[in-house]
Parts: sequence; C-alpha cells; structure tokens
Amino acid sequence: MYQYIIKRLLLTIPTLFGAAILVFFLMRLIPGDICELRLAGTGGYFDEAALQICRHEIGIDQPMVAQLWKFLSGFVTFDLGNSMWTGRPIVEEISLRFELSLMIAVLATLTATVIAIPLGTIAAIKQDTWIDYVVRSFSIAGIAIPSFWFGILIIFGILFTTQWWTGIPWMPPIKYRSDWGSWANISNNLALLIWPALATGYRYSAVATRMTRSALLEVLREDYIRTARAKGLLERLIIRRHSLRNAMLPVVTVIGIEFAFLMGGLVVTEQVFNLNGLGKLFVESVTNYDYTMTQALVMVVVAVFVFTNFLVDVFYAWLDPRIRYK
Amino acid sequence: MRLRWQLALPAVAGLLAVPLSGAPAEAQAPQKGGTLKYVVPAEPPSFDGHRETTFALIHPIAPFYSLLIRVDPTVPYNGKFVCDLCTEMAQPTDGGTTYTFNLRQGVKFADGSTLTAQDVVASFKKIIFPPQGVASARKAFFVAVKSVSAPNDHTVEFKLKYPSGAFIPALANPYNFIYSKAILDKDMHWYEKNVMGSGPFIWDGREAGAFIKGKRNPNYYIKGKPYLDGFEAIFAKKQSLRVQAVQGNRAAIEFRGFPPKSRDDLVKALGDKITVQESNWNCVLMATPNHKKKPFDDVRVRRALTLAIDRWGGSKYLSNIAIVKAVGGVAFPGHPLAATKAELEKIAGYWPDINKSRAEAKKLLAAAGASNLKFTLHNRGVDQPYKIVGTWLIDQWKKIGLQVTQRVQPTGPFYATLRKKKDFDVSLDFNCQAVVNPLLDVSKFISDDVSGNQYGSYQDRELDKMFDAMNKSGDEKEQRSIMRKFEKRVLDDEAHEMITLWWYRIIPHRSYVKGWHITPSHYLNQQLDNVWLDKSLM
Repeated sequence: MYQYIIKRLLLTIPTLFGAAILVFFLMRLIPGDICELRLAGTGGYFDEAALQICRHEIGIDQPMVAQLWKFLSGFVTFDLGNSMWTGRPIVEEISLRFELSLMIAVLATLTATVIAIPLGTIAAIKQDTWIDYVVRSFSIAGIAIPSFWFGILIIFGILFTTQWWTGIPWMPPIKYRSDWGSWANISNNLALLIWPALATGYRYSAVATRMTRSALLEVLREDYIRTARAKGLLERLIIRRHSLRNAMLPVVTVIGIEFAFLMGGLVVTEQVFNLNGLGKLFVESVTNYDYTMTQALVMVVVAVFVFTNFLVDVFYAWLDPRIRYK
Repeated sequence: MRLRWQLALPAVAGLLAVPLSGAPAEAQAPQKGGTLKYVVPAEPPSFDGHRETTFALIHPIAPFYSLLIRVDPTVPYNGKFVCDLCTEMAQPTDGGTTYTFNLRQGVKFADGSTLTAQDVVASFKKIIFPPQGVASARKAFFVAVKSVSAPNDHTVEFKLKYPSGAFIPALANPYNFIYSKAILDKDMHWYEKNVMGSGPFIWDGREAGAFIKGKRNPNYYIKGKPYLDGFEAIFAKKQSLRVQAVQGNRAAIEFRGFPPKSRDDLVKALGDKITVQESNWNCVLMATPNHKKKPFDDVRVRRALTLAIDRWGGSKYLSNIAIVKAVGGVAFPGHPLAATKAELEKIAGYWPDINKSRAEAKKLLAAAGASNLKFTLHNRGVDQPYKIVGTWLIDQWKKIGLQVTQRVQPTGPFYATLRKKKDFDVSLDFNCQAVVNPLLDVSKFISDDVSGNQYGSYQDRELDKMFDAMNKSGDEKEQRSIMRKFEKRVLDDEAHEMITLWWYRIIPHRSYVKGWHITPSHYLNQQLDNVWLDKSLM
C-alpha cells in the first residue's frame, strides 16, 4: 500500500509539470497582453512609454524561454511569485479564496451526499414505482438545469418572495472571508454559503443519485444478495450491509471527481452569488491576462484533482477489502 | 445635458408613481452617520491613481485622497472647477503661462503628518515628469507644463511653455491624488500597494476581490464633513448582480451606470425607494475605417459610410435599449466648444434628411466602384453599448446596399487587433475621458504617430496643426472656430472617423442616498464628502 501511495505521489510530478508547460504556452497564444488591456482598455489617453514600463515591470518583455524558466524554477521552489495584475503575492491571493471555495465544495458535497444516497437507494429498491419515477425526474432535472441558472432562480426567488411578503425586496447581506472567523462558526458560514451550496449541490446530487440507483440495482441482482434473502436476512440489513457498501465504489468516484471540479470550476456560480472564490479569481485572471496567476491557479486545480483521485483510490480499499494496491 | 431628479418613466408611469420630489437633496439638512455601500464593476489593478486609467480605481480609492482642484461636487454638470486643497482658483499671469495656487493650512495626512506645498509639487512631478521606470498615465496631459515648484510651504506654482486652455481641466483630473513627499522620496512605487492620503476617508481595510472599506477622517480639513461614518465598495463584476444588489438593498448605488432596462426594472420594483439621476456621458463610440485597407483608403467610401447613418433617428430608439443618446460631433455635446444642432446638420451624416443623405452615399459608392461592398465590422465583446451599436450600424449600412458582418472579440484580443494586427476593415472604438476637456479629448483624432490611440492608421498633418493651434490659444472664441474646422475635416471632408452616439449615464440609486450629483463622467465626483444617508428613508 505504501509503495502504491509513493508511486502515485511521484506520478503527480510529471502531471503537474506537463500541465504547467501547457498552460504557460496556451496563455500566451491569446492576442494582446496585460499592459495593453490595463492602459488601452479604458478608452482614454494612452501613453506608449507607460506601456513599455508596465511590460518591463512585470517581465513580459523578456524572451519566452526566460519567462518559462522563471515560472518553472519558481514552481519547483514553491515560489509562485506575484500576480501581474495586482502585484501581490499569489500565495496570499489564492489562500484568501481557497478556503471559501473549499467550504462551498464541502457543503455542496454534503448536500449532494445527503440527498443522493437516500434517494438513489429508495429509487433502486422501489424500481419502476411512482417513487422511482419522481426520483428520476428530480435527478434528470438536476442534470439538465445548469447550476448557475438555478442560482439565478434562487436569487430571484428570494427577491420576489420577500417583495411579495414584506413589500420590500431583500437579499441576505454580503459576507466576506473576514466576517467568518473560522470553520467553527458553522451557522454564520451556512448563512453565507447555503444558497450557492444548494445551487451546486442539486446538480451534484442529481449525478450521484443516478449513479447510486444504477449501481445499487446492479448489486441487488447479484447472487450473494439472493443468497442473503434466501437465508432470511432482514431486507434492511441486506441493503445496508451487503448492497450499499458494494454499490458505493462508482458513487465515490463520482463524488470525488465532482468535489475536485467544484474547487476550481464554480466559475459562473461564484459570479452569480458574487463569492470571492477560486472560480471568480480564475475568470478575472484569464480576462486580465494575468499569466502568473492563471498558471498558479491551474496548478492548484490540477493538484486538487490529483490529490482527490488519490484519496478516492485509498477509499476504495477501505470500502472493498478485496482491493489491494501493489 | 439634462439632469432629471426622480425620473418618471413613461413606460411605467401609469403603474408606478415615481414621486418627483421637487426638493433636491441640498434643501434638506445633511444627516451624519451610516455606511454607504456601493457596488463597483471591477477591482483596481493597483492603488496608484497616477499610473492607472480605470474607473475601478476611482470609485473605491478617490475618497481617500485630496486633489489640488476638482470639479464642483455640488453642481458637477456645469463644468466649473473649484478648489480642494487650494484656497482660491488661480488666475493665469505672465501672459497665461503662470498659475499660482495658495494652499489650505493645517491639512493633515492620515498618518498625522502635515500636507505642504512640497507634497503637491512631488505629486505633480511624479505625474508630469515621472522618473525613469515610473509609469504616469496622464503625463501627456501636461505637455504645456515647463515646471512646477513650491516658493513656500503654502504656495504651488506651475509655469507653462505657452498659454493653454487645456491646463486647468487637466489639473482637475480626478486621478491627480496628492501623495506624501516623504513616502515618495523613499519609494516611488509605495502607493501602488498602499493608501495614505488626506481625503475625507481613511483606510479601513480590504479583502482582495471582495471589498475596500473606508472610515471617516476625523481630521478632514472641511469642517463637518464627511457626513458618512464610512463606506464599503463591493466588487461585483456581473451587471445583473449589481442591479440585484441595489434591488435587494445589499448596496445603495452603483456609480458607473445601468442600462435603461435595469433602470425601469428597479423603478418598477422599488417605486419611490429609487431615485434616478441621468446625464449625457463624456464617452462616445465611433466607427473607425482602416485607412490602410482598400477601399477604405478612398474618402468617398468613408463618406458614404457616415452618410448612411441616421443619428437623429437612432438616438430616439437606441436610447430605449442602450446607454447611448446624444447626437454630437467630436466635442462633448453641450460643451461651449461643441457644435450646435444647426452646425452639426451641415456635416455629412448629420443632415436632417436621411433619404437625401443615403442617396448621396449610394452615389459616392458607385463613383468609387464599391456599390456592392462587403466588409466586416470589428467589435468588442461588451453588450452595452458596443454590440447594440454595432448591430444598429450594420442595419444602417444595409440600407445603402452594403453587406456587413460583425466580428466580436473579448477586450484583450480586440485591442490587440486595433493596436498590433490592424487587420480589420472597420472597427468600433471609443473615446472616454474623465474631465470634459474637448481640447485634449480630440487628440484621439490626430495623426496616429502623434495621438498614440488613433487606430484608423491615418496621418493628417492639417489636423495636427489645428490641434496644436487650439491648445495654444487662450481665446475660447478662437478655439471654437478652429474646433469647427477640425470637426468638419475629421467627420466630413476626410471622414476619418464616424462618431455614432454619445453615451448616456443612468444612475438609479436608493432614495436614501443624498448629496451625490451625477456628472458627465463616471470618473468624477467620487470623493463622497458630500454624500449622506437620509435615515428616514432607509
């Protein structure tokens, strides 16, 4: 097992390097640069000398090879440098947002799990009954509705409901990272994140519900389940002890992938709720041509994906003792 | 320019009575206290006003700083300048080449140090004569300035190379923050990442990507001000989110401007809880033909393109859906240097009879052998008002038999095409300035090797001469006369550029926000020292 873990960890190094080089060149394929955007993009006077100073300050006037070397050597020494747009340390900028994105991802995962596993199980047990149809409709709707659109619906729902009820449209006040205190302040954090967590968790749960249902249906048709029933075991025990645990392998995979996706992929949902997370930072850094920040963010997201996949693999072994990594 | 308080919208007037207060905010006694929350569409790249060009810096950062002079915050739309740090507006001496300003005494920076003339001089030297490696975005505004000095701690003297009508408006630019000389002496880049001024508010914190907060400066030099306890500038990129923020009272105002539809929605939802202020806007979209590409090197084709555009008609219906309205020439409509309606109507593309205009356009195209011309309009991927105006232009050109397609690019690649690739046929471009100063604003239209931001790739030395003559003349009558010739050459004789419609600024805000007056620019009047909150309306 340890050998497997070490091998997996070592494999992440070329993966990260490959992603780093790819994003470095892809970013530079887009026409224009950060200084032009900063100085010409506002339609005002434009000073050519200021443009040259800007390019020199952030180092984009250097040859491409020198820029790549600086990026890769910084990456190896865990020095991600400064954001080209704000001039502030990238680590500072990312860490500020990372916690928020992590919190949304965790809350959305909890929401999805709490919804998906019971619903998927019930749908499988009550296959082809009205309950199954309701659950399937609910989950198909969840897959079909983009989470950002669901988010907009939630916002309008709050505005219209409060206007209808009190005569004055109302929105929950905006809270920031500095308002939270810590993870321990659960009620405060929930108040801030419940709506985006619900918006993303619904789609997430829909995928997991369908996966739970189909995996459980497959397991329920296995010989050993028939044997358990023949032995006269309680149905509750058969489902909980013998079926569900075995059906969880693909569900865990889906949950893992979705969790990793949420860490950098809440681009639009964060915009909809104006949350200061990694997704919003991602969009801003790409639109601002902030090469260093985009490169660092891609690295963070790749690292999260690699790490989550690794955790999922380890979790497999716990779920199914027959799995042994060699 | 029109300013309407608590606008009653025809579309919803029957359903919603948006009360016309009749009594502007000044009639009431300002109330102290409260925090003004407002939304800002973007976060500034740095905090240094001398190097940045975006309004995203002005909205959250201007309240921390003083200026030497500024646009009158109580009646900002009349184009007058008043003292901020100075005690009296300087009158030019030495044949219009010397301006001497006396400063207020006892003004303190937020760190407790005293602001003197040395700080003002150091700040303007950084703007006008930046040392090597220090960027100054508005250095070109001050080409007429020979020197800036401090004869004593309370006097600042500007010496000009020649009299210039553009000097005072340039001095009132809202980005000309007064910094501490002591700090600049230590590190010229300090203000890029830090804030320390002598304005009505002092720094109260920031969260990158989320907000900037300020609190009342207890030592502010205008007694009794500011009225607010503090402010919170919340960054929200999406327009829908900013509208929702005002609707849901997460924020009281957004200072850049909303489109007409958002204004109507807010008024419909909130009735008298919303006040709308509107004004012409010192920003304009123009169609720029690429003079290096055939057939746009032919003045007949360029004139045909401008003749096809029905600006008077477009103003009526486009203003219902986009942030554009006023018909104007190269100078901001309503400014003393701008053309009157009668003067405009003599320029190609502004004739009152659009049918006559289009018939002439067809003749010109035929003469140029370009009757069935097909080309691409290059545009920026921004809805308001770029894509709307672009679509309208295509429709206008279709009416003279042209087939035009639209190519839309995000901001970065859009400017890369304009500045480097230059492979467009006709492109939309815009001119947007802080202080209304047509003498400098029209530098957009002079030769590209002089202007720096003219993307039509033409050189016209006649225009350059006229531009110089206007700026060196101290006589407004003479300036106006040259401006008319300049305008005729740019828009008609050579048709280098095609002005579309000037922007229209619409600010719907919570009615409890008082003391803020709309300006013709989203860069102006953002120090917030006059703003107060009417608690009876909250």
